[in-house]
Amino acid sequence: MSTAAARPERPSLGEGSRHISPRRRLADKAWWGVCAVALLLVIVPVFWVLEGVVQHAVGGWSWSIFTTTSTGVGGGLANAIVGTFVLLVGVAILAGLAGIGCGIYLAEIARQSWYTTLLRSASEVLAGIPSIVLGYVGYVALVVGLHWKFSLLAGLIVLSVLVVPYVAKSTELALNQVPLGYREGGEALGMPRTLVLRRVVLRSAVPGIATGLIIALAISVGETAPLLYTAGWSNSYPSSHLIHAPIGYLTYASYTFFEDPSASVRALSYDASLLLVVLVLGLILVARLVVRLTQKYAPDRGEGGGRRERRAAKAHAAK
Amino acid sequence: MSEEPAVPPEGDRLPAEPDHSAGSQMANTMTREPSWRPRRRVVAERVLGVGSGVAALVPLAGLVAAVAVLLVEALPAIRYNGWHFITGSGFNPGNLYGKPVHTGGVLHFAGASYGAFPLIIGTIESAAIAVVVACPIAIGAAVLIVEKLPGRIANVVGFCLEVLAGIPSVVFGLWGVLTFGPWLSHNIYPALAHLPNFPPFSIFRGNTGYGQGLLSAGLVLAVMIIPIVAATTRDLLRQVPAATKEGAEALGMTDAEVFQTVQLRWVRTGVIGAIVLGLGRALGETIAVALVSGSILQTSSNIYGNMTTIAATIVSQLDAANTDTTGLEVKTLAEAALVLFLITVLVNIGARLLVRRSARGAALPVGAGF
Repeated sequence: MSTAAARPERPSLGEGSRHISPRRRLADKAWWGVCAVALLLVIVPVFWVLEGVVQHAVGGWSWSIFTTTSTGVGGGLANAIVGTFVLLVGVAILAGLAGIGCGIYLAEIARQSWYTTLLRSASEVLAGIPSIVLGYVGYVALVVGLHWKFSLLAGLIVLSVLVVPYVAKSTELALNQVPLGYREGGEALGMPRTLVLRRVVLRSAVPGIATGLIIALAISVGETAPLLYTAGWSNSYPSSHLIHAPIGYLTYASYTFFEDPSASVRALSYDASLLLVVLVLGLILVARLVVRLTQKYAPDRGEGGGRRERRAAKAHAAK
Repeated sequence: MSEEPAVPPEGDRLPAEPDHSAGSQMANTMTREPSWRPRRRVVAERVLGVGSGVAALVPLAGLVAAVAVLLVEALPAIRYNGWHFITGSGFNPGNLYGKPVHTGGVLHFAGASYGAFPLIIGTIESAAIAVVVACPIAIGAAVLIVEKLPGRIANVVGFCLEVLAGIPSVVFGLWGVLTFGPWLSHNIYPALAHLPNFPPFSIFRGNTGYGQGLLSAGLVLAVMIIPIVAATTRDLLRQVPAATKEGAEALGMTDAEVFQTVQLRWVRTGVIGAIVLGLGRALGETIAVALVSGSILQTSSNIYGNMTTIAATIVSQLDAANTDTTGLEVKTLAEAALVLFLITVLVNIGARLLVRRSARGAALPVGAGF
């Protein structure tokens, strides 16, 4: 093996040049070339899709889509926008409660046993089920079987079951990452277990839980297949009826209107796609923001807990 | 709740010190169940335990309910269709204007015949194309992100991956059918079709079509699963210990050789797990495929030909299936859903077995990017 000092005339590869045969050097260059092409192939579709969405939407864009509801032959998207947000709120409540509860149970309450393994496996299998299968089950069981017809509740339940595994998993992971010392500290102060959980453990796990929930919402925004045959579609604003009344949402407009002979209906499809992308981008940015804002309270920073706890602990010590 | 009126009322604060003498306070805190512990806390603890226990059952209940509904719904179709469903082709509800007849206790129209062979083949083919195309791209990109890109740019690329993972499948479908497919059929497919006519390339011969079909669907699926594989590979590569890499470098290896001998082996299991996760997604993707595949209930004639998958068929046929008043076609779709379910479960169990040892909890297709 030759050293840099012995063969200074050879071009170096990184620091401390070594003798590398031209063939191997070429292979190395080719390898990085291939990687660069691969990265390009990852990046290009992102901008291509975004460009396609924007370009199609800009052509027939009109701000009135926010204020008018759709008719069979045109109109706006206001009903679909409101419907999407209604679905989002519903999923946040249903999947949030079930998923966060499930995560807390698996991470904090249950003893590890065959039972928790079963629950985790079920959750993982559920996450792998294609959304159309769940949509079909919702159609057969809720829409037809329970005579709910196309309805908000049927769509909500299917969507929530679809995203619960994600919320549960991220909650459990976030809780598991809270250092043992936090819990021990709380216990040492004489705090009951629920209080430790609520004031210390959950609080430091909030970024992880919130991120999981936001991901679940991003998935719900973009789902079409499970909603087509459960929530149906409605040209009017969502009603207060949970069942027997269909509800509009953006993905339906994107999926159904794009082949319409009428240009104004096709424009609705493209506008809905743009709104979907903007919504998802917004949710991703919010998730990033949550992570960044709460990073100073992240468990691995050593000094944890909110200000109020520290003040309370100080007051406690001063007594 | 109010059985112990002497307790401090604050439920949300740190337990205040009771106004006892130091001695009694000490005695209190030394016991396992402090006497100041309010009853409502016990209640709260129980509520939390029961509530979260019930919530924990939701995924299991959802899974069991889904499987039960599928089985019950599909049973008559399974009895009627038999093995023909797996091996045969064509969805023919029979003579809708005739009188329904019973066969083996199943009501159906005369001549009804259902075979899902083209759907099963289409599902497997399109997912296979997606995985074959996506894996090298995703892994190569992940290597470059970890090894060469400065942190800030790697962060931007990470954001791009998240966006790619987050874009709704209907948007991918529209992009595929309006932009990507036509572009492919104008610029790429003609060139592919003129590749030399011997084994690896001969699959590309034939009529290149209009951009909707097997290859277009596979490529759109590839774009959709790239972020899953790339983000997981990137995170795994970051965990390779520096000392191991430095050892290999000190032996005089080039970067490419270090990757092959050290990093690739270190991350292999995890990456395979991510690939299988991506495969699961590709198998079950519905809307994008329904838009890009050309949707015909036949096996594609060549790699560019129109085709369909199980998932796309369910979504596109369910409306029409309701015209079959015997309900057999809807039940047959349940059987198709059951087959799709079994395929994805097998794939996911495979992934679980493969990643069991290297699992880092990255089971979130989207979350893996965070």
